[in-house]
This record gives sequence, C-alpha cells and structure tokens, in this order.
Amino acid sequence: MIAMRKIPFFLSALCTIGLVFLLNARLVIKGSKTPRMGFFFSPQQGFWANAEALDAQFNADIQSPLLQGKVEVYLDERLVPHVYAEKENDVYFAQGYLHAKFRLWQMEFQTHAAGGRLSEIMGAESGGTNFLNVDKFFRRLGMVYGAENSLKEMEKDTLIKSCADAYTAGVNAYISEMRKSDLPLEYKLLDYQPEPWTNMKTALFLKYMSFDLAGFEEDFEMTNAKQVFTKEQFEILFPYGQDSLDPIMPKGTIFQQAGLVITPPKNADSAYLQFKLPVLVADTTIKPDPLNGSNNWAVAGSKTASGRPILCNDPHLSLNLPSLWFEMQLQTPNFNAYGATFPGSPCVIIGFNEHAAFGFTNAMRDVRDYFEIQFKDTTMQEYWYDSAWTKTTIREEVIKIKGQPDNVEKIAMTVFGPVMYDKNYKDKLGTGKYWACKWLAHEGSNELRTFNKLDHAKTYADYEDAISTFKCPGQNMIFANTNGDIAIRQQGKFPAKWLRQGDFLMDGTSAAYDWQGYIEDSLNITMHNPERGFVSSANQYPYDVKTYPYYLGGGYALERGNFINKQLTAMQGITPKDMQALQNNNYDLFAQWAAPSLLKYIDETKLNEDEKKYVTLLRNWNYYDNADEKGASVFSAWFDSLKVYMYQDELAQSDKPFPSIDRTTLMESLRKDSNYVFADDIRTSQKETIADMVLLAFRKAYPTWEKADKEDKLAWGYYKNASVNHLLKIPALSTKNLYSNGSWSCINAYKTTHGPSWKMVVHLTDGIEAYGIYPGGQSGNVGSQFYDNSVKDWSIGKYYTLHLYTPAQAAAFNNRRGKITFSKS
Amino acid sequence: MKFIIATFVTALSAYAICLVAPWWCIAISSFVVAYFIHQKSFLAFLSAAIGVGGLWGMLAAVKNMQNNGILSTKVAGLLGAPNATVLIVITIVIGALVAGFAALTASFARPKTA
Repeated sequence: MIAMRKIPFFLSALCTIGLVFLLNARLVIKGSKTPRMGFFFSPQQGFWANAEALDAQFNADIQSPLLQGKVEVYLDERLVPHVYAEKENDVYFAQGYLHAKFRLWQMEFQTHAAGGRLSEIMGAESGGTNFLNVDKFFRRLGMVYGAENSLKEMEKDTLIKSCADAYTAGVNAYISEMRKSDLPLEYKLLDYQPEPWTNMKTALFLKYMSFDLAGFEEDFEMTNAKQVFTKEQFEILFPYGQDSLDPIMPKGTIFQQAGLVITPPKNADSAYLQFKLPVLVADTTIKPDPLNGSNNWAVAGSKTASGRPILCNDPHLSLNLPSLWFEMQLQTPNFNAYGATFPGSPCVIIGFNEHAAFGFTNAMRDVRDYFEIQFKDTTMQEYWYDSAWTKTTIREEVIKIKGQPDNVEKIAMTVFGPVMYDKNYKDKLGTGKYWACKWLAHEGSNELRTFNKLDHAKTYADYEDAISTFKCPGQNMIFANTNGDIAIRQQGKFPAKWLRQGDFLMDGTSAAYDWQGYIEDSLNITMHNPERGFVSSANQYPYDVKTYPYYLGGGYALERGNFINKQLTAMQGITPKDMQALQNNNYDLFAQWAAPSLLKYIDETKLNEDEKKYVTLLRNWNYYDNADEKGASVFSAWFDSLKVYMYQDELAQSDKPFPSIDRTTLMESLRKDSNYVFADDIRTSQKETIADMVLLAFRKAYPTWEKADKEDKLAWGYYKNASVNHLLKIPALSTKNLYSNGSWSCINAYKTTHGPSWKMVVHLTDGIEAYGIYPGGQSGNVGSQFYDNSVKDWSIGKYYTLHLYTPAQAAAFNNRRGKITFSKS
Repeated sequence: MKFIIATFVTALSAYAICLVAPWWCIAISSFVVAYFIHQKSFLAFLSAAIGVGGLWGMLAAVKNMQNNGILSTKVAGLLGAPNATVLIVITIVIGALVAGFAALTASFARPKTA
C-alpha cells in the first residue's frame, strides 16, 4: 500500500461518496421533494421494477398457520379474483391478501388520511398542500375517536371480529412476504414503507366513508347567512322541501305519529332563529363533496320482460386512480357473492349473490352539529352545563410530522363530543370561541355486519335483519331477490330534530338545544313490493316534508330522482339492456326546467348577431348533456353565471363564508317568481330585474363561449373537461381530458372528477345475469396495463359481464392471469 | 481480456448485490472488483461504468419493452422528461457514474504496477 496514490484516491473516493450521497437523498425542487434518484432509477429496486410485463402471471402459493383450510384463487382476464374457500373465514384472509397485493398503497394512504396521519409521510407541507392542517382537521373532528368506538363494537361481535381478524391477517401475510422491489410506485416516490394492517385501520376506513357521506353540513356558513338575510329572504334561499319534490316514499304515504315529542327550547325563536345578529364564524374549509350522491332502483317482475326483478345501482363519488372499488367473487360453503369491494375492508359492499342483489345511495341527512361551550378558563377543564361546572377529559392526539417534532392536539371532550374549535385551533377569522362537535359517526357502530349479512342474504327477512343495525352513514338500502321481492329503506340512526334544529350553531350551556332522541325505527319506512312495480332513490328527500313527523335537515337532490321515477313509471317489459341505457341516460331535467327561464328573460334586442348565435344554440338544444352538444355548454355557463351575479351583491355583505345556494332553488324561484327579490343589485340606486341579471350573466359568460368556439371546443365533452385523477392529484398518473357525456343533474351524473363510481345492473334470474363497470382498473400499480384499462369503456357507457363462476369454470379460464393458492401451514 | 473480465464481473456483482442490498452497494461491489482485478485508472473507470451502466440500461430497456412503455411514459411525465428513452439514459448514467468512480477509487488504492 506504500505506493497508494493518496491524493487521487481521496479525491475520487470523495467523488464516489458525494455522488452516492446526492443520489440517495431527496432534493427539494420548487417546493416539492424529488424521489431518491439513485434508488428510484435502479432497475431492480426503483420504478422500473413496477413496469409489469404485459403477459405477467400472478401465481403464488401462500401458507399460513392462521388459515383453517384451502383457498383457491383464479384471476380472470380483467384481473378479477374469483376466490373459493373451504372455510368461511379463510375467504377474508384471501381477500385481505389480494387487496394488499393489488391495492396496498391506497389502503394505507386512505386510512392515513382518515386518521390524520398524512404529515407522517408527506411532511407538514408539500406541493402547496398544508398536510398538518388536514391532519389537525381530521383529528379534531374526532375521526380516530369515532373509529376507536366502532372498533369496540366490531370486536364485540364474534362473527365480525373473526372476519376482520382474518382480513387483517391476510393483508399482513402479503406485507410480510413482499419484496421491497414490489412496493407500489407511490411508496418509492414518497420514500416510506408500509406498516402492518390492523382492525383499527379497517374501522378508520369505514369511518372515512361516514365522513364522505354523512359529513356534509354548513352550520357555520348557515349561521353567517342568518346574520345577513331576513327570515323571508333566508327561506327563499334555503327552503325546506322543494316544489317538484318526488320523495323516495311517494307523497301520500301515511306516517304514524312521532313517538318522541321534540320541542325547541323556549328561547329558540328569540335566540336561535334570530336573523341578522352578529355571530362569529369558524373555518370549515374541508368538506366532502355535496354531490356525493347516487342512483339505485329495482324493478319488479311485473315490469320486466323476464318476469324477474332487475336491480341497479351507481354510487356517485370522487373518481380516483387507483379506484375506491375492487371487483371480486367470494365463495365459501355458506355464500357466493360478487361485486365491488373496498380495499381496506372485508366483504362485498355493493353486489349480489346467487339469490339476491343489494346496493346503496346516500341518505343526505344532517347528523353533525356544533354547540358553543363556555369554559371556566382556557385550560378547558370545566365547562358550564345545566347550571353546574362539569369536568372535561382532555384527549391528546399526537401528529407525527416527517422531519419535524410531533404536534400534539389537546382536545377537550364534552357531553356533546370533542371541542373541535378552540383557542389553539382557531378558525380563519380568529373568533376564539369554543365549538363542540356532535356527530353520529362518533358513535360506535358495526357497519361490517350489514355487508357481511347482505353477502349471505337470500330472503326479504334476511335483508331486514342485515340492515337493521346499520347506523352511519345513513343509506337508502335497496334489495331484490330471485323470489321476486324488491325493497328499499332509508336506514340509519337519525337524530329526532325540531324544525331547523342543527342548521345553525347552537348553545351548549345546557341540554336545551341538544338532540332529544333518535327517530324510532318504525319511522324508517320500508317499501316492499309496491303496487307501482319499482323502488328507487337518488338522494332526494326520503319523505314528503309536509307529512313526515320529524324535521329532515340535510342537503337533497331533486332532478335525478324525479326523472328516474318518471321513466320507471312509463317503462314496461324491461330488459337489462334498458336498465344500462337508463343508467347512461344524459337527459338534463334541471335544464329542461331552468333553460326556459333564461330564454324567457333574455332581451334579444340588446344582443348583436354574434351574441344571438348562443341564444339560438340554447333554444335548439335537446336538453341532453351529450359530449357533442354545444347547447349544454351554453346552458351550464349561462346558468352558473346567473347564479353568481344574482347573489354576489347580497353575499358581499359579509366577508365570511356563506353556504352554497342550490341551483335547484334558484331554478324553482325563477319559475314561479317574476319579482325575484334577489334580482335587484342592492349596491345600485335603480331596481334591477331578472331580465337585467339574465342579460348580465349572458354577457359575462359570452367571452368563454367565444373563446371555446374559436378553438372548436364548445362541445360539452370539451367544455366539461372531465378526468379521473390519481389520489395524489399527479397529472401524469391521471387520465385527463376525457371527452364524455353526463352532468350533475343527469342520471349519468358524471361531472368533471366525480360521478358513477360503479355501475351495476343485476337481473335476478336463476344463475344471475349481471353487468358492471367502474372507471379504473383492478391493479393499483401505475405500471400495470390493468391500472386504468376500464376508464375508456366506462366513459362510453360500456359494461362488463359479471359471472358467479364455479371453481371448475374458473380453473379453465382461457386468458387466466394467475392462480394463487392458500393453505394451512 | 482483463478489461472484458472486469466489466463482466462488475456487472454480475452489481446485479447480485442489488438483489439483497440497497442500490448504492453497487459502489462497494464495483470497488471490490476493481481492487482485485486491477487496471489502470482510466480503464478501471471505463470497465465499471460500462459494466453497471450497461447492466442497468439493459435491465431498464427490457422491462420497458415487456411493459410496452406504459410506466415509463407516466414516469417521464411525472419527472418532466420528454420521453422514455431519456429515462433509460439517466438510468445508464447513474449506474455508470457511481460504479465508475468507485472503481476509479479502487484503482488508486493499489500501486501503479501490480
């Protein structure tokens, strides 16, 4: 070594080490961190390892002491696993394993989001998103608290505990055997590792569905609106009920009397329903999509060509890649179910078995309210409640942050629930008031029992039993079976409220404003084999608000339900093809009701020839939101523009957030009220009319049409510019610029990034004839051909045939994508 | 001949070590190979660079071909690279530089003539 050349040695050693160091670190470029480039590009471990060969086979033989018998899994040509288990619980082990194998990253990411743990993987802030704030929001809302309560309920139920345990064991069997190179691309990009699955994560996932579906309220915004508008104005903007309402239970349904006597507090009129009074408002910027809705319907044999019922369901949710759904067949000696499953949870969620089919739409009821808490001091240890100081407990929520010390949220727990807003978690206006959140999702509940029982259900009695315990998120649960039964019921646990209770922030110094009880089960009405031959729901009011004995606060849709009922009433001799066509129907009933008002009030003498062209486009439009229709784009922009200019002067009276005013409300007002009070621009001395507003809205929308027209992009498919986005919103991993039909008010409720997330049509013949599709693909691997292979087919309204194969049929698949066997070790 | 053997052995050991150890261990394997199969500095650098750069480029190209470029198109979009070929070139360069410098270092650790 005497002759070693020291200087060049050290220089080149330094170069090597420096290079490795640089290539093994995450660099910050434009506020985002790069992956570790050396690792990311290394072909055996980095992203190249995710480049799945087109002819890849997914074969494996898994042995575990936690299994009881044998399981065989055959992957069909679309990578749908058909799972055959000798023992009941083993099917959930295999389901957990397969979910993890194909969807591990999203399962973990979604439960991290639900549990307020994104900062742990993303850092406090990244790419312009403040993840710490998002985490604080979910922690303070009580998501983890609610999931803990649900976990206790789930684990009390021995049937569900063993099902969840087997599922968890299956997920972990995959995680422990996977090679690092098999990690989904997102882990490699963000540079972290998966952790073991737990039943708590399953509970968190299901809680996230409650957030998404039973987490919409605008109590702060409504309270602000109450300060700005008179009672009369308020009732016009935010009416209870709708003129054209066609509820789930038809008008004329006779309800029994309310079992509970619900009375508003004595001071409610003066203190609570007081309009135009200053109240401070909190920041509630994280909201689920208010259009999280859905369609479901079932037609009886009396209306079908075959004489057997047909059940249809298409839940409208955010459309993401990887998809929320994963298609599977699960078979054991006790049941044989097929349908859409949730990666993160055992069981088939929306689907069918050999005897019955089942599906859901959202109930839309308001089950989350806020109460103002008066604390003795800022330690939040005692609060004034029912004329006494009452002790709180302090719940500590520790948020780990990548590269930083932990953040601890100290949340005071009251009789109502967690104090979500306090001195340390101020709203954007810094009011500093204390607001406790009371939310039905905080309660322990055992939703898995319902899915598990539905998977096994044969008779109407089985359906009744399966749904009887379901609490939250409230759903319109639809059912049909091969015996010819059809049924629907809005099932859930709902607080019994007096008129407008919980629409605004409430006083929390006593029980006076608290929920006084829950709506009795007998007033969750079931419609079973009705005379009219069909049952349906599309997020409209469940009951006629004039006759139902309790207040039905919430945010409801109108048009889809109305149109579906009209169609189903008229249809006879229905086939599954007819039902597919109805699910893909793009008729815009809202436009049919609203466009005549625009055309009635527009003064064409004030328009030039170029401008008149667009009026003509609207006049000649057939009210179909088909991708090629230009009239649809004109209508959408014009009406949305009208909504903005109609209310902007009133809304300018406060710089605090307002609740969103329903388009339907404006449409109904225009149809009946030619002296609409909000048409006047209150900032000017003269009195504006609807015609002035319609013209103004037209002029403001005009440049958009003109520009789109010049680029030949005025057709609705371009104008809407839909996409299916990756969960991290990375454009390169998303499907962008989908030229597609549909809009929010059509049965085919495909808006830009939101819509029918799983379309299913089940014909209840012997052996079952079924069709389904979701926008995405079975594989969560960005590098797989099965990552987004069904998006195109879905967007043009195609369906795949769904089969309950026998094991022998599955073993003989022509284009089999793999065989995975499980056995007891 | 020595050059070819060194290139081949460096590639093989890089492949083997990446089956079990982190990617940067290619620096260690390349150093060890270059230490024992001693060459002049420039040749040491070159054979390791060709060995590992070639290995990585080949692996990436084969995977990309079997995948019909599905993933590389997306990753190129993600990183702002114009196309998949650029990704393969970056892969080659990273492998070549790290292995090359490691081998160069090893060549200086031994006397000029063995």
